[in-house]
Amino acid sequence: MPDAEAAVAVRFERVGKRYGATDVLSDISLDAGRGTTTCIIGPSGSGKSTLLRCTNLLTRPDTGRVLIDGVDITRPGVDVDAMRVRVGMVFQHFHLFSHLDVLDNVTLGLRRVRRMARAEAEARALVQLRAVGLEGLERRRPAALSGGQQQRVAIARALAMEPAVMLFDEATSALDPELVKGILKVMRDLALSGMTMLVVTHEMRFAREVAGNVVFMDRGRIVETGPPDRLFDHPQTARLQQFLDQVL
Amino acid sequence: MLGGLARIQNTFFDVPMIAHVMPTLLRVGLPNTILLAVLSSLIGMAVGLMIATGLLARPVGVRLGCRVYVDVLRGLPHILTIYLIGQGLPIAGLSLFGTDTYAYAALSIGLIEGAYMAEIFRAGLQSVERGQIEAARTLGMTKWQTMRDIILPQGIRRVLPPLTGQFILVIKGTALVFLLGLTSSQREIFSIAQDSAINNANLSPLTAAGILYLALTVPMTYAVNAWERRLRGERQGGPANA
Ligand SMILES: Nc1ncnc2c1ncn2[C@@H]1O[C@H](COP(=O)(O)OP(=O)(O)OP(=O)(O)O)[C@@H](O)[C@H]1O
Ligand SMILES: [Mg+2]
Repeated sequence: MPDAEAAVAVRFERVGKRYGATDVLSDISLDAGRGTTTCIIGPSGSGKSTLLRCTNLLTRPDTGRVLIDGVDITRPGVDVDAMRVRVGMVFQHFHLFSHLDVLDNVTLGLRRVRRMARAEAEARALVQLRAVGLEGLERRRPAALSGGQQQRVAIARALAMEPAVMLFDEATSALDPELVKGILKVMRDLALSGMTMLVVTHEMRFAREVAGNVVFMDRGRIVETGPPDRLFDHPQTARLQQFLDQVL
Repeated sequence: MLGGLARIQNTFFDVPMIAHVMPTLLRVGLPNTILLAVLSSLIGMAVGLMIATGLLARPVGVRLGCRVYVDVLRGLPHILTIYLIGQGLPIAGLSLFGTDTYAYAALSIGLIEGAYMAEIFRAGLQSVERGQIEAARTLGMTKWQTMRDIILPQGIRRVLPPLTGQFILVIKGTALVFLLGLTSSQREIFSIAQDSAINNANLSPLTAAGILYLALTVPMTYAVNAWERRLRGERQGGPANA
């Protein structure tokens, strides 16, 4: 593999998805460089979540290809479960396993998918929980945690699997304002540590500070893409200008 | 006036007669009623779980077939279904269980209960948050692992109270099997009481049966209610602080 190719962690090639008569994604082509953070912005319903979900096939594209580390994951016969271990995902509404405590939430994947013994899985989970600032809450149920704490557990749960790519779908949108900062800090630290991240967000400051590349979507299409300075300070399209006027 | 009261007492609350029938009710009727209710419920749960999975399956044919099963068996009077299956099967030459009326009784009630329990199971399976299922799949867990580790443990908690409620209905429903004609040792509470009432031209044995049914169903009803209240409280969760 030539170097330029090896530097691409996730590649979308002409990805399309249609629900009924609407094209939710049309002709999406995008490269996410290894170790970089790509922020995806755009109005509600523009297809941001759908694009993210195509990255681990929670949603399967109708047309086009998605490649992770050069491997086409949309090809028939690909082991989707094995692929998903390499792609972690964090959701807006956390989606913690409500019948399990914090520790078990983080160890379940390790034990079932990575086939780790409980002791080993717990040791690793504790390291991960400490890293996101959740020491001492291992035996709490998700319902007894604040939103910010729940999202930290969700991040620890995803990171424990040692993914190569992390997807964040509006990870702070459901949080009280005072809890947003803490989660953004965890995400920023993760980006700085060299994780490849695809981040759907409404936090324009985060995008400006952390993103290597920003993607603006509207009506299922990529309208504009580029480094944050250019996108935020010199938007090329009226559509993006209009969007920025609304959110900034 | 006093004469009327005495007549009512003699017809419904003849104490010596109640005392006379009670030992048989307790020794023969009660175990048979419970056994029949348990057997039917086990059949009902097996059928119900299958039908519930079918109701949620992707192929339209499967879904439709299961829907028809549920609608028909819930839509018919139970007495009719018990007659059709309990009497009909042997007459039609389908003597699955030989001449064991008891087995036909359990089967017919079980099939009816399957329809009700299918709806209970379906609601339980569907109550699990879609996002949690996706979170599990995102970790790389298979469909089957997700079913075992996420859907079933959460579904079962939500299903147990209504399932127990349904069991209370089954206990009462077993009274209908008197239709099928049980041998003397097979008789459940109602059959025994009914036989005794006819023989003695007095309704007090039925009062005795009623007392037994109430002793079974009322405490269970209260237990289920308390259980459901506790589950609801649990779901609302404890303290939250950042
Ligand atoms: N399973 C589905 N079935 C039908 N339509 C869908 C489905 N999922 C998404 N859509 C539609 O696709 C479009 C894009 O949805 P998507 O969730 O990707 O948007 P989004 O950019 O993430 O929006 P938001 O900012 O509100 O989260 C919307 O119009 C939505 O209604
Ligand atoms: Mg979205």
